[in-house]
Amino acid sequence: MAALKRPGAEAIVAKGWFAAHKWLIVRRVSQAGVLALFLLGPLAGVWIVKGNLNFSYTLNVLPLTDPYVLLQSLAGGATPEGKALIGAAIVLVFYFLVGGRVYCSWVCPVNLVTDVAHWLRRRLGIGRTVRIPRKLRYYALAATLALAAATGTVAWELVNPVSMVHRGLIFGIGAAWAVVLAVFLFDLLFAERGWCGHVCPVGAFYSVVALKSPLRVTAARRADCNDCMDCYAVCPEMHVIKPALKGAARGVGPVILSPNCTNCGRCIDVCSKDVFRFGLRYDNRVTESAGRMPAGAVAACSDRA
Amino acid sequence: MNDAPKTAPAPAPDSAARRQFVLDAAKMACGIGFAAGGLALYAKQSKALPPDALRPPGALAETAFQSACIRCGLCVRDCPYKTLDLAKPESNVATGTPYFNARTVPCEMCEDIPCVKACPTGALEHSLTDIRKAKMGLAVIVDQETCLNYLGMRCDVCHRVCPLIDKAITLDPEHNTRTGKHTRFIPVVHSEHCTGCGKCEKACVLEEAAIKVLPFALAKGALGKHYRLGWKEKERSGESLVPADTPHQYNLPEGYRYELGGRGLVRDEPALSTLPPAPGTAKGAR
Repeated sequence: MAALKRPGAEAIVAKGWFAAHKWLIVRRVSQAGVLALFLLGPLAGVWIVKGNLNFSYTLNVLPLTDPYVLLQSLAGGATPEGKALIGAAIVLVFYFLVGGRVYCSWVCPVNLVTDVAHWLRRRLGIGRTVRIPRKLRYYALAATLALAAATGTVAWELVNPVSMVHRGLIFGIGAAWAVVLAVFLFDLLFAERGWCGHVCPVGAFYSVVALKSPLRVTAARRADCNDCMDCYAVCPEMHVIKPALKGAARGVGPVILSPNCTNCGRCIDVCSKDVFRFGLRYDNRVTESAGRMPAGAVAACSDRA
Repeated sequence: MNDAPKTAPAPAPDSAARRQFVLDAAKMACGIGFAAGGLALYAKQSKALPPDALRPPGALAETAFQSACIRCGLCVRDCPYKTLDLAKPESNVATGTPYFNARTVPCEMCEDIPCVKACPTGALEHSLTDIRKAKMGLAVIVDQETCLNYLGMRCDVCHRVCPLIDKAITLDPEHNTRTGKHTRFIPVVHSEHCTGCGKCEKACVLEEAAIKVLPFALAKGALGKHYRLGWKEKERSGESLVPADTPHQYNLPEGYRYELGGRGLVRDEPALSTLPPAPGTAKGAR
């Protein structure tokens, strides 16, 4: 790793601090806001939202169900009733539209924990430790559904850090803090972006939801890329960037199509050249000059910069 | 990586990639399998609800409940008496599921059953509309040695706090053979009416309650299907199934006799020789 050059330093110079943190700020406000809505009831007695991330009831009209938990419930042999099913349908449609893993980066409370772990990891200069295949999460996802079917319980919910943390904050934390600590230490010492980026079956589920999501990040102005690598440094799923950013030579479009992308928008923030922006997956034509660039063209572009 | 090797013939790159893929997949499957095995054991354990934990009214049978409940806590929120709680990870109730402990806070049996109404999945059955039909558990006098009414006193507290007084709990008078002249008022729970709300367990004045609400399956006995109760058969058929001229057999315990039409059940005076010697008598002085 190149010394302690803060990723995004260039962007701050080029665009100003606020523009270089815009999506990060909006995202943190979203995470805090969701949590605040849930906490407003138990702490202040203002019942806008009741329940937790597994199922919530907003203003006594809007049911929202975690479709992954409901799927496990179905696999376990239950036949859920109307309100839960409607809630799951609403959530599925919403996350299909905005990108499944928007749940991970804009809502999930564990993201705050793992983001802090990652920040500290960089600060302490902890290098690569254990490599976990990123596909592991899909195996975990399949295993949780198989477990639900085999045991007839929503087995994953016994240990799921996501619901445990969220439920803990709202209904009393108990020993759930130990689970938070475990995830934090796992990400800090064991594997970089370990939990959210490699293991968590909840994220894997929302990746599946995102397979054809219209809202995506696009490296629309990839020709301007100066290879500063800042986007890779901040990206929680850095493998998703390269095909889109460097795909011009191979005729690959600029849209980040990987369902692992969490649409966090941090790459948009830290790019001093404004290569990235939010866009639609359909807007994926290869437009650079003659469409297909010779292999040396990308390098030439960056040389010019 | 996909470039064809330029030197000596080596295995086709495709085959190497396939090897790697299969190897990676096997590794992950092993790792996940290991974790899943552990979780399966844990899930199996937490399927057993501890006997001091009760589910909210209308809860499906425990095995069905654990797949139907999605741990949202809306029943907890809508309980006006804060009876319910969601199990924390360290508790021995399945994490995140609602339960209550009767001795701590019993169910107040709200007429409108808000907890059941709040349930989005039907883990608490919406067909339960009359709280008197709830079966959260069954109260049992678990200890006759300490129950004050069994000891011959008139505590009666469990009976008096029972929301279905004289239906779910009755006080059945019984001759006190210890004193020989008093009546014991024995609290008897009737499973047909008991909802398992736990108010009796909460109110029991003892340090450790002598009446406790237990899971139905644990608390309820069952007669053999071929059993017939003589007095019910008599009611049904209008006459006794036993021929009238059969001489009555009392089968009394040792030391008792029965005076028909007289004093009823009588305990024979124990033979003098078995009594402890009275103080001051010749025998006692010896």
